[in-house]
Amino acid sequence: MKVSFPHMGYSYLAFKWMVEHAGHECIIPPEPSKRTLDLGVRHSPEFACIPFKILMGTYLEVVEMGAEMIITSGSNGPCRAGLYWVMHQYLLEELGKPVKVVALEPPLCDLPDFIRKLRMIRKTGGISMKQMVWVLQVTWEKVKAIDEIEKRSHEIRPYETGRGDTTRALWQALEFIDMANNIQDVKDAHREGLKILEAVSQDNTRNPLKVGIIGEIYVVLEPSANHYIQIMLGEMGVQTDRSIYLSGYAKNTTIIDLEGDLYAVARPYLNEAPIGGHGANSIAETILYARHGFDGVVQLAPFSCIPEIVAKSILPSVSRDHNIPVLTLFIDEQTGKAGVQTRLEAFVDLMERRREVNQSKSARRLVI
Amino acid sequence: MSKIGVPRTLAYFIYYPLWKTFLEELGQEVIVSPPTSREILDQGVKDAVNDACIPIKVYHGHAAWLRDKVDYIFSPRLVSVRLFGDFGTETFCPKFLGLPDMVRLTVDKLPPLIDTRIGIKKDPREIFNIAAEMGGILGKTEADSNRACRKALAVHKKYQKLLAQQVLPPDAIAQLFPDEPETNNKTRKGVVHRHQDALTAQQLADEEPGLNIAVVGYPYAIYDDYINGGILGLLSKEKVQVYTQDMLSDKVLNRQARHLPKSTFWYFSNRAVYGGLHFMKQKRIDGIIHVTAFACGPDSVVDRLLEIEAHRHNSKPYLSITIDEHTGEAGIRTRVEAFIDMLNYRRNKK
Repeated sequence: MKVSFPHMGYSYLAFKWMVEHAGHECIIPPEPSKRTLDLGVRHSPEFACIPFKILMGTYLEVVEMGAEMIITSGSNGPCRAGLYWVMHQYLLEELGKPVKVVALEPPLCDLPDFIRKLRMIRKTGGISMKQMVWVLQVTWEKVKAIDEIEKRSHEIRPYETGRGDTTRALWQALEFIDMANNIQDVKDAHREGLKILEAVSQDNTRNPLKVGIIGEIYVVLEPSANHYIQIMLGEMGVQTDRSIYLSGYAKNTTIIDLEGDLYAVARPYLNEAPIGGHGANSIAETILYARHGFDGVVQLAPFSCIPEIVAKSILPSVSRDHNIPVLTLFIDEQTGKAGVQTRLEAFVDLMERRREVNQSKSARRLVI
Repeated sequence: MSKIGVPRTLAYFIYYPLWKTFLEELGQEVIVSPPTSREILDQGVKDAVNDACIPIKVYHGHAAWLRDKVDYIFSPRLVSVRLFGDFGTETFCPKFLGLPDMVRLTVDKLPPLIDTRIGIKKDPREIFNIAAEMGGILGKTEADSNRACRKALAVHKKYQKLLAQQVLPPDAIAQLFPDEPETNNKTRKGVVHRHQDALTAQQLADEEPGLNIAVVGYPYAIYDDYINGGILGLLSKEKVQVYTQDMLSDKVLNRQARHLPKSTFWYFSNRAVYGGLHFMKQKRIDGIIHVTAFACGPDSVVDRLLEIEAHRHNSKPYLSITIDEHTGEAGIRTRVEAFIDMLNYRRNKK
């Protein structure tokens, strides 16, 4: 079968490998572009959030390319993302597209359904159980390696002496991982990739600002949805740390629940968790970033995202109490790159000024 | 005795009789904010986060109205009221889950909130523990709270019975508590219900049959006459018999669940979707109106789902009305009248 899946950051490299080795033909989802968004906006409900619209556009594009099955994720709510596959299936049917949306619900809430769907994917691909387990293992290793490499690239970028060097090195490293075909290969590629990144010429005398990126998972993970905000900030000389990575997210929500500690941090401000999506996480992570001495936090969310609206209305209090500036960017189909860049530049200026004031204050204290 | 303020919006329309009886049985004075008005809406828009939907903004406005008049604001955190939905996940919209915190941190000078967590999906008897917790805040014993809770549940049952007789919630509240000052909006005058007229079956048959329209949506969108431009009043002026999902029993509603690949996660949305699906299958219902709020997250799913299902159910006429801060009666009236004209045309053509 011709199988496709949503495009989310660089993770498509791992899923492409998975689909191909599960005995299917892979239709690689194109990186979301203006056309993807236009297609999605045209056929989606008006108030659906931007991830829904981008996915809708992606699905229509892969259907054009011949996809017969789309594998995506479900969820147990209360964020509406768990209902996306239902709506996408309805809308694709209305448009007369012969494609089946298969949603893997988190095994924590519906194990039999998860196993049944995996088996369906395995049977139609014609591979054995043993092979399937191996494929999943390698995919998981790849997802982890991709995340690690991306994470490192955001740490290195503010130090780069040649603009764009890190991004080029990142792609080289990702290519290694893309070519790996078993667990040992992935590990080697991971190591080699890190080496390439470290080899980027760096100016270690800089002391970059540190910014935490929080918010809704899709716009945080998909660079083309957030106008490459991490690269943009990195090239402005800001070190970014992202609260969500796919590997961490998958681990925390599907296998064991590790988010309890975060919710305890958010408790003084939000006495209920989870509230869906990453709403409670956003509040907790802002507090954690403040405690770890970050200079600021950028909250990314799609327009009309319910959990992040709750978080946004609470974040001013958190920002005041913990003395950390927060910039909220609600992203929709009208958001332009220039607008994002202007606001980020202003935010960076603000953080630099704060740092200067704080340093001169502490310097004065030393003199006394 | 303390004064307890209840904002007249959101879950008020479904649970007010329960809350009022409970609080009064505990010897408290209940003060309800007036029906939504321009001042309340403006205050809410000023206080609330700008991305919130209009019902949440209105709630902030009601809370602000109550702040210097009461000792407590009754704002329970609605988390779950039954075990339902796929994987038993049914809850409320995330904004309901965070509502007490949002209000507490954004509206200035609020009295303390009674924001006890209502989560009874594991065991319905939990409600007595919740009652005891609320009673504790007000300095009452557990026995007192339990008694009040039992009484409140009895009144709630009576209220639901009234709704099942096709009485609209504001009227049902007025019937249950006749001595409560009449503060309903003017637009509601002239609402005629057949059961009140006590017409015989013969008389009904002689009369030219009016249209039957189902209005589905969230209670706080369809029964709040200010924010929806008085749509129910407009319909009844046109001699339309109005049905809403709150007039159906849970049994009837839940039967619709199996028509969907996956139920929504939200209590009120499930009721609206099931209500819509139920009415689509009824021959005597001429059309369906869905009232939704601008930028409502759950409704982005609910609205398109109902639209597609209406299309699949023999192209049942379907009108979606979006309300926001700028909704005026004239705009709603134009659309409703056009819809009614279309329904009459369809009927005559048959």
